[in-house]
Amino acid sequence: MATAKEIRGQIKAVQNTAKITKAMELVAASKMRKAQDNVTAGRSYAEGIQRVIANLMQAHPEYSHPFITRREQVKKIGIIVIATDKGLCGGLNANAFKKALGLVQDAKVEVEAYTIGRRAGTFMRKIVNGLEAATEEVPDAAEMSDILGVVGVAIEHFMADKVDEVYLLYSEFVNTMTQSPNLVQLLPCAQGMEAQHPGYWDYLYEPESKPVLDGLLRRYVESIVFQGLLENKACEHSARMVAMKSATDNAKGIVQDLKITYNKARQAGITQEIAEICSGAAASA
Amino acid sequence: MAATVSVLVATPEREVYRGEAEMLIAPGIAGELGILPKHAPLLSALTAGELRITRGEEVDEVFVSGGFMEVQPDMITILADSAERATDFDEAQAQEAERHARELLEKREGDIDLAMAEAELAIMASRLEWIKKKKKH
Repeated sequence: MATAKEIRGQIKAVQNTAKITKAMELVAASKMRKAQDNVTAGRSYAEGIQRVIANLMQAHPEYSHPFITRREQVKKIGIIVIATDKGLCGGLNANAFKKALGLVQDAKVEVEAYTIGRRAGTFMRKIVNGLEAATEEVPDAAEMSDILGVVGVAIEHFMADKVDEVYLLYSEFVNTMTQSPNLVQLLPCAQGMEAQHPGYWDYLYEPESKPVLDGLLRRYVESIVFQGLLENKACEHSARMVAMKSATDNAKGIVQDLKITYNKARQAGITQEIAEICSGAAASA
Repeated sequence: MAATVSVLVATPEREVYRGEAEMLIAPGIAGELGILPKHAPLLSALTAGELRITRGEEVDEVFVSGGFMEVQPDMITILADSAERATDFDEAQAQEAERHARELLEKREGDIDLAMAEAELAIMASRLEWIKKKKKH
């Protein structure tokens, strides 16, 4: 049996761990609120551009931009994976990666990956042959420019016929307790959107239709990825908050157990001492 | 009341402006565009410049760094790459400068510094006044 001193040391250590996890929980909670606000703030743009694209599909149905034309033969696919930079966020990344692995294994063609977040990079490197673009250390107050590089590579490969479909995988924020990995097709996109202005009409284009459409569709794709990143941030912090809360609770449980063991050891020591004193007194009497 | 059209100005990061307008002047890539309610559907690329949203006497100014504008008869959507509302921006800056000037005044380090700080404070105060007046009208 461990001595009382050793157990005291263990209790101290576990209590310190609990303090750290508690602090991390509180930090994650405040970051989560901010991240959720960011998701809401970014929604205006995402919904706005989606509405515009839907109207565009209605207005200009004969225009076949490569972004909206389904390709007959799919020879290679690309996947943009968004995950966190840091761990300690429960099964968040693992759940997303399971989905990524499923896609890679089920795909009958080769897969290449573009990743956002360090964890995504280290994982996708192992399961696909081509990791074509990766970005890390995206700040919590993310800006569009943080992801443009990765999305740019994906779009470029798509336009150059290196890949025929591009998917996006990120964690969707359902609520604080629930985050679910979400896989969406990014390119070709804009299938089956509902327009708000039915009938036959077309826009006036300034300066011309092609550059405007090219620019808009590109921004549309970027905005889907960006919104995915914001969702993923909200997921990261809420998952971390929950994970740290359960770690704190577990630590408290361990401290409880250790205290009982400590008291038992202390009492055993006292009992032994009394026994020794008694037997000493009896012998000298 | 004159006819209005609803206006939404958003950047990927946040919503900058949402409201009704009697007229909107946007920095189109091929020159300034003035849009009135019930305008025909239009899709335009924007260049960096000032967006003026007019409603009665009220004029809101938003600086956009480029992006796209969709016009529908009842709705204008501006998808800016980045945008800064002139009123928010200037007032915050002016207030910061004013605070700084006051701090300098309180320190009272030498007469020259004091005179400079006083002058700075006067300028900042009038600028703040002007922005507030502009906001009101």
